[in-house]
Amino acid sequence: MLTFIARRLFVSLWVFLAASLVMFVLAVNVRDPLSEARQLPDGQREAAIAALTERMNLDEPVFVRYFMWLANALTGDLGVNRQGQSVNALLAERFPATVQLLTAATVLAIIIGITVGVLSALRQYSGLDHTVTFVAFVCFSLPVFWVGTLLKQYVAIDLNDWLRDPALAPMVILLISVVIGLACSSLLLGDRRTRLTVFGTTTVGMALLLWALSATRWFADPGLGIIVIALTAVAGAVAFTTLVSGLDFKSPTMRAALAAAAVGIICSFALGPVLADPSLLTLLLLIVVTVGVCFGLGWYIGGELFRRSAITAAILTGLFTGAVIFTDRLLQAFAAYSAHSRIRGRPISTIGPSTPNFDGTFWELRLDSFGHLVLPTMALMLVSLAVYTRYTRASMLEVMNQDYVRTARAKGLNERAVVTRHVLRNGMIPVTTLVAFDIGTLIGGAVITERVFGWKAMGLFLTEAIEQGDPMPMMAFFLVAGGAIVLFNMIADIAYAFLDPRIRLS
Amino acid sequence: MTPKNTEEPVGVGGPGTAAGTDTLPASNRDDAQGMNVVARSQGQLVARRFFRHRGALVGMILFGFVLLLATTSIGWGLIPGWWDKSPTATGPLINGGRPTLGVWPEFLGGGGVAWGEHPFGQDDIGRDYFAVVMRGTQVSLLVAFLVGVVATAVGTVIGACAGFFRGWTEAVLMRITDVTITIPTLVFAALVATIAGRQGIVFLGIFLGLVTWTQTARLVRGEVLSLREKEFVEAARSVGTSAMRIIFKHILPNVIGVVIVSVTLAIAAAVLLETGLSFLGFGVQPPDTSLGRLITDYRTAMMTRAWLFYWPGIFIIAIALSVNFIGDGLRDAFDPRQNRVRN
Repeated sequence: MLTFIARRLFVSLWVFLAASLVMFVLAVNVRDPLSEARQLPDGQREAAIAALTERMNLDEPVFVRYFMWLANALTGDLGVNRQGQSVNALLAERFPATVQLLTAATVLAIIIGITVGVLSALRQYSGLDHTVTFVAFVCFSLPVFWVGTLLKQYVAIDLNDWLRDPALAPMVILLISVVIGLACSSLLLGDRRTRLTVFGTTTVGMALLLWALSATRWFADPGLGIIVIALTAVAGAVAFTTLVSGLDFKSPTMRAALAAAAVGIICSFALGPVLADPSLLTLLLLIVVTVGVCFGLGWYIGGELFRRSAITAAILTGLFTGAVIFTDRLLQAFAAYSAHSRIRGRPISTIGPSTPNFDGTFWELRLDSFGHLVLPTMALMLVSLAVYTRYTRASMLEVMNQDYVRTARAKGLNERAVVTRHVLRNGMIPVTTLVAFDIGTLIGGAVITERVFGWKAMGLFLTEAIEQGDPMPMMAFFLVAGGAIVLFNMIADIAYAFLDPRIRLS
Repeated sequence: MTPKNTEEPVGVGGPGTAAGTDTLPASNRDDAQGMNVVARSQGQLVARRFFRHRGALVGMILFGFVLLLATTSIGWGLIPGWWDKSPTATGPLINGGRPTLGVWPEFLGGGGVAWGEHPFGQDDIGRDYFAVVMRGTQVSLLVAFLVGVVATAVGTVIGACAGFFRGWTEAVLMRITDVTITIPTLVFAALVATIAGRQGIVFLGIFLGLVTWTQTARLVRGEVLSLREKEFVEAARSVGTSAMRIIFKHILPNVIGVVIVSVTLAIAAAVLLETGLSFLGFGVQPPDTSLGRLITDYRTAMMTRAWLFYWPGIFIIAIALSVNFIGDGLRDAFDPRQNRVRN
């Protein structure tokens, strides 16, 4: 394994160097950087050209310039742009927003895409499967900039107007309830009667809930409250235990998960002062502590026999409970955020990655970046979402037709164990490589999305550089983007080799 | 794009699997079983599976419609079309340039089905927007076709050589592929398009093809790697066939399925790539226009004259969606294993 990783690293390094050379030659030739200077009146022209030539080393041959760039880049100096500003400083300023956007889009696309893909494969050729397939194809074919503009012009404005007076019309309530009811009933296997019952109960339940929320003006000042948090945490514990080891209320796994949920609920009270305005570091620390405590709970309650499943279920439940508490805090901060003098009741923003000069509590700042991220992320992740869904579905179906899955069924394993232990584990192996392929597409999509939403981030950094024929910012962009692609490809290869011994040993 | 009933059977199974069926009569009665057995060539099987795929069929009709509309309406070059307005001529603004196309029949409470003077409306300087959009569709389709063909040709040759020769050739070719992948496609395309785009749309298409072949190369290499171990390749080699002849006569006909599917998917991706580039200002340059350029030009007119923004987008989606469905149908037709119903 170590030789494999070493070999992979060595190859990646050379590939990256070769790509940087190609990129440099292209970047230098993309446009004449002196074209503006040449248009100056006679007196200033020579001086301007001489200054630019000196600053950008235009009098050196391309390869000499490449090695000068490389030598500087290796020491961490990315040079200056045409105006003489330090590229390092510009990069540091533009970089965080893009990373936020890319991370949000990747994580959401992976989670939603894989979940939907798995469900779609488990219900092959059902109404759900056909709908998912069709929607995925539409997502493949949507131009990012078109969707982005639509979201910006209609969704943002309408949503903000609605949030000013958040009441749901009866038709909207009916529509949402019916869609959710249909989705729930189509996930079920069973005869028509069960499905109709599930459809009826979910639709009516959902409609009542929405009506109550709308009537109490919950959307204007949202929050979950301790009862809902507790119920959700317990439901999460039951669901995770069912996934990990099957539905059995007496099993140690279930007890461990429920204990994790209980500890989480108690902590949401006990940590009240800490959670009022935490720093990001505190939050990360809390996540680590949660995992640690849940590990201990699972270890202790699970005993010799159920240790593994108890630890998994407890950690999943703990993190889930944490996420619910996090959501609750965010929702509670919403009313104050929305009323803030810089927001003025329009929380869904369409320009830039954050409100300039906005300052508030940790939760308000999170809400601010969330309000700015939500539409660009939606526009950006559509394509990736479709790719993950289709790929996961195909991979799952391929595995489901394997002989060992038939063997697993034949020896009497229940469907849950077949799916989670045998199909899911092997079906997800090819999906790991997809993350690497997808990152390149996402970076391209981010450049376009940022243009649509007027973000001053990496995308603008690149497009401005191409328009001006300025090679240093282009190379800086390449270092980050190409570096990410090489890194993800390498991680995917190593992960693949780790998960599938046939690759490693051949 | 319909797979023809070729003389040489093609498909994933290799020539050996289907060669026998071609010599059989079209229909013969199997007396022992008491039923009719119809012999079909591999090509016929593929065509049958393709036409059974409803999405692919609808996609094909939609794509054919867009293609016909774009090529015949305003004509091409010197060939005149049936639409009497040109994408460059300006005219007086009628009714604020609103579209005159009506799709709701009167008995449903609409304004009646009508084509009208300016079905897609007029832009800010009074040009007929239908003609403008058709011109944009022509350019986008042409670029996409060029990209698809060039990318697939390059990718297939590189993938086939890498898979067949192995060793040094493979190492070098696959490293070239890796280097190309390392530069994000949109960035690579933007740079190449800015350098080549000044030469016109044909060069733009060819150069975009030269940066998007990597996926095809990897796919074809994977197929060739398994095919080169097959007995019929060994047989060809044992009688002294040259490597080039083995690749082009024996191996490539067997990867035709993968290649055709990859052409369609490359075209769909190319439509989105070109429109995206043109949106950023690096693709098609004025005076040429494309669907992506139209969207950039009229993005700010969104609130006042939304039709200027909608029509190009609808055509991009129609093209990409129909080509994607055709590609999916072709993949199912060439490789029915993926579609097997679980039992």
